[in-house]
Amino acid sequence: MSEIDDKERPLDVERLRGDFPILSQEVNGKPLVYLDNAATTQKPTAVIDSICDYYREYNSNIHRGVHTLSQKATDAYERARVRTMDFLGAGRPEEIIFVRGATEGINLVSQAYLRPRIEPGDEIVISTLEHHSNIVPWQLLREQAGAVLKVAPVDDNGAIDIQAYKDLLGERTKFVSLVHVSNALGTINPIREMVAMAREKEIPVLVDGAQAAAHGRVDIDKLGCDFYTISGHKMYGPTGIGALYGKAQLLEEMPPYHGGGEMILSVTFDKTEYNRLPYKFEAGTPDIAGAIGLGAALEYIEEAGIESIEAHEKNLLDYATAAVSSIDGVEIIGRAPAKAGILSFIIDGVHPHDAGTILDQQGVAVRAGHHCAQPVLERLGVQATVRASFALYNTREEIDLLAQGITKAVEVFA
Amino acid sequence: MSGLRDLYQELILDHGKSPRNHRPMDGCTHQANGFNPVCGDKVNLYLSCEDGRVTDASFEGNGCAISTASASMLTQMVKGKSVEDIFELRRMVGAMLTSSPGEHDQEEIEKLGKLAAFSGVCEFPGRVKCATLAWHTLDAALKDDEKTISTE
Repeated sequence: MSEIDDKERPLDVERLRGDFPILSQEVNGKPLVYLDNAATTQKPTAVIDSICDYYREYNSNIHRGVHTLSQKATDAYERARVRTMDFLGAGRPEEIIFVRGATEGINLVSQAYLRPRIEPGDEIVISTLEHHSNIVPWQLLREQAGAVLKVAPVDDNGAIDIQAYKDLLGERTKFVSLVHVSNALGTINPIREMVAMAREKEIPVLVDGAQAAAHGRVDIDKLGCDFYTISGHKMYGPTGIGALYGKAQLLEEMPPYHGGGEMILSVTFDKTEYNRLPYKFEAGTPDIAGAIGLGAALEYIEEAGIESIEAHEKNLLDYATAAVSSIDGVEIIGRAPAKAGILSFIIDGVHPHDAGTILDQQGVAVRAGHHCAQPVLERLGVQATVRASFALYNTREEIDLLAQGITKAVEVFA
Repeated sequence: MSGLRDLYQELILDHGKSPRNHRPMDGCTHQANGFNPVCGDKVNLYLSCEDGRVTDASFEGNGCAISTASASMLTQMVKGKSVEDIFELRRMVGAMLTSSPGEHDQEEIEKLGKLAAFSGVCEFPGRVKCATLAWHTLDAALKDDEKTISTE
């Protein structure tokens, strides 16, 4: 994440909340306090409208119509690609491939980039902090090609052991895939340093940015990674759409991931000529509305100011950490020095699922469970946690309600 | 908060906090492991049967108050019952947990005795599997199914 600089201006949170129609409702008779943003964020009117406008006004297939609506849809879809490129700090639109989400981005790289290159005994390095989506695709490759999975450890605070990571990078390391921000603990990896260590040895690196990109500036140009992937729904955009950035040279070398329409130049029964980038990787009619919605979401984030969002969420995290850890019997899980707006905790004598139900009865939506990151929770000695995760529209008053809810849970189980 | 009190009745809180028969069993005749992959709750259930009757029941595992209390009360309720009666009990518990709120078969609920404490669970669809885990595991144990039973 970038340093806070002079672009930072305080967010007008009250005004921004008005952009999210879903927030002004009651749940179980209480005003909704939505603190499950690491699972998915809510959507502003600008995003919802962009999707409706597409379907109401210019729904058409892209890249093939000669008619006006098709041209309009194509322009909007491609504008979303350019916006994604700008947002991520990438250099060329053809390096941005629309996918269903970060999960598909990682699977695409594992199957189309690494699978043809990997030999039995070759090593793939990941970290203990990974979401299951950055573990299982590599395990599939282990089964398919005999690859060996090496896992960089974390310390008791959930921070990466950077020396141990460096030591894992060896002769046989063929690929590194790392999470930028842990969805379970909030740990921000020193990703630039980690990418540089791998690149020094000419090992290609994928960064899973699903939990990072809406909460701090991603600058791929400075980061120097080979692949970076995001999920639209975790950044105020729709579900079912995300993007994969890949260096053009690598994408050119890769075979297609899926075959079908859109990704071809010509087809005969003898031979098919593949389309150029990025279309080679976008087989079939894509999620046009989703891409347009993602573009609108990124525009929304830029207008609010990503540096301001980062500062606001850091402020909320500090406030929440103090408020929640001051409750008797509560233990914060994950105390890395660098953290994004995610607070994972356990309550003595109250199982996370029971806490989740009691909080829900008070209108407070949190996640309870293993957050699709079982290995890191196991490493820190817990089965499950309660997780509150923050977004640009959350307030200190909401964190006070979270703390009251936790106190209530403690009382019920006292 | 009336819904919460329906869910977390005193009996459930008590069994959740101090589960009964929470121990491994040497020489059991039936055993099965239950797992809820969504939340990680585990119930390993042990039964001793003699002449078609359960003479002892115990469990190990960890989970939320609902799943722990469910397993704890299950072990108490099945002890001394014939396998046939246990399957009937299991059917009635299943019906109670999955019926629509307010549409319980009151006659059956009365037959369930203290298991009726779980009648509020059906108002919390996200928590029904917490309560059914132990009962699915019981099915597997009695049917000698060696696979881990998953709620999913």
